Amino acid sequence: MNAPLAREDFNEILNLVTPGARVLDVGCGEGVLLELLTRERHVDGRGLEISPHGVSSCLARGLAVMQGDADRDLGEFPAGAFDYAILSQTLQAVLRPRHVLGELLRIARRAIVSFPNFGHWRVRLDLMAHGRMPLTQALAEPWWSTPNIHLCTLKDFVELCGALNLTIEACSALSEGRPARRTNAFSRLENWRAESALLVLSRSTGPKA
Amino acid sequence: MAEGDPVAAWRETGLTPNLFKARVPLCLDSGARIVDLEIAYRTFGELNDERSNAILVCHALTLDQHVAGPHPSSGRPGWWSSLVGEALPLDPGRHFIICANVIGGCMGSTGPSSVDPATGAPYGLSFPVITVADMVRAQALLIEALGIDRLFAVIGGSMGGMQVLQWAADYPERMFSGVCIAAAAKHSAQNIALHEVGRQAIMADPDWCGGAYAARGVRPEKGLAVARMAAHITYLSEGALQRKFGRELQRDGLSWGFDADFQVESYLRHQGAAFVDRFDANSYLYITRAMDYFDLAAAHDGVLANAFGRSRDIRFCVFSFTSDWLYPTAESRAIVRALNAAGARTSFLEIDTDKGHDAFLLDEPVLRSALEGFLESAALVWDGA
Repeated sequence: MNAPLAREDFNEILNLVTPGARVLDVGCGEGVLLELLTRERHVDGRGLEISPHGVSSCLARGLAVMQGDADRDLGEFPAGAFDYAILSQTLQAVLRPRHVLGELLRIARRAIVSFPNFGHWRVRLDLMAHGRMPLTQALAEPWWSTPNIHLCTLKDFVELCGALNLTIEACSALSEGRPARRTNAFSRLENWRAESALLVLSRSTGPKA
Repeated sequence: MAEGDPVAAWRETGLTPNLFKARVPLCLDSGARIVDLEIAYRTFGELNDERSNAILVCHALTLDQHVAGPHPSSGRPGWWSSLVGEALPLDPGRHFIICANVIGGCMGSTGPSSVDPATGAPYGLSFPVITVADMVRAQALLIEALGIDRLFAVIGGSMGGMQVLQWAADYPERMFSGVCIAAAAKHSAQNIALHEVGRQAIMADPDWCGGAYAARGVRPEKGLAVARMAAHITYLSEGALQRKFGRELQRDGLSWGFDADFQVESYLRHQGAAFVDRFDANSYLYITRAMDYFDLAAAHDGVLANAFGRSRDIRFCVFSFTSDWLYPTAESRAIVRALNAAGARTSFLEIDTDKGHDAFLLDEPVLRSALEGFLESAALVWDGA
């Protein structure tokens, strides 16, 4: 799978993941990111991928990958099995984003989650100007063929993290062809500026609100 | 091993080409022992100097050690010729492939049709009940005699997959990787029920003679054929049967009797008749019993992950087939969940096919390429280690 902004995502994930970490890549496709992390960061990597073709490709790369569905099969991993669970440009395509986020942080100490920001100015402008579902670089397919069923803005996502009592440890704004920019997830301006957002989440250690 | 002198080698290890005679009795789960244990086996390819290219293939219920090459009695290609052969995932040009007839079998390994050294007559029902763990224990003796400390891979489908799991539980330090295809970590009520139908068919045949048919010079062919017919249905899927036969008739019009009017009837009768020529009825009883007794978790406080407590360094690949209702994908997922909980490096692929359980024996391109990828990448790590 070559999702929009995949390359920018991968570079930033490579920066964030500590060497030797235990990593689960959810929706790992043909294993490009996992292979990169294994080679560059010597991670102990696992993948979850829905397509048989993707799993086969991963096996040929020597990766340990399970066929499965992020919505249904994350329960197969024991709690605390990973240092990082990665969900790159996939959250908006799952059936139960809230459940999936909870699962990521059950099986890993940290989750790295990226998604196209529906609050980006170009999306807003496109909808306002044309009155149709926006088509941008990050949202490249028409409404009737897109896998994206749970689009959200950065602000929406930050609110969900709050509701789930998750700590946002870092936030990066991503744009096609440009290096990632570390930023403040709570910034109103960033909800306009970021084409795509990548956040590092962890469970809050304090008592639940 | 004494090089060059076959007689000395045999005295030392019990190995002759294609037959291994164990030097020690085999202690069974039941508490019984088999003395003078023999294991019929085949090897393909050459063991390399590092002894690092050995792959053990574990066979399914009614198969045998002839995994590749022409079968000595039928002349037909080996039962896994889709995966074992030149330029295939298991390649005798690169691997040293071992396949042994399970104990309890009827293709040369000690089983109910063997002669009991205590009486000089065939065991029949005095043969002790065996388990999948016993089969694996016997294989471990053979692997040791072959001078292999650690197998590169242990691979099997169906009952062979159960043996792979048993290997991982009992001898994890003696294998680098494991491939479990279309199997389960325990027999379900439905699995046991289907086997019981087969056993009852055999035992209801008057020629079974309480298991002592060999002494009477007869064979319970009718019962064994019915057992095979019932079992054969479970190896296929409804879709595959429908596609292959539908309601097609053998000849024009119905017979208005009980001849094989439908092609599917004729096909099953043929499967049953062909089976009795190559398989022993008592072996069928013993091996199906071993499968029914198989419950890997039960021996580990009911927790399957505990069975793999020492298996975390093994690289696993688990395969299932969408239309396999004998060992459905849920069973493979239970295995995968336990392996993950144990921290083993596990891959899993469910292959989309309408060919049912039998798909593991057929030429299935997705299985072939995925297995090839898994083994090749594992070999790179293993050679580097």
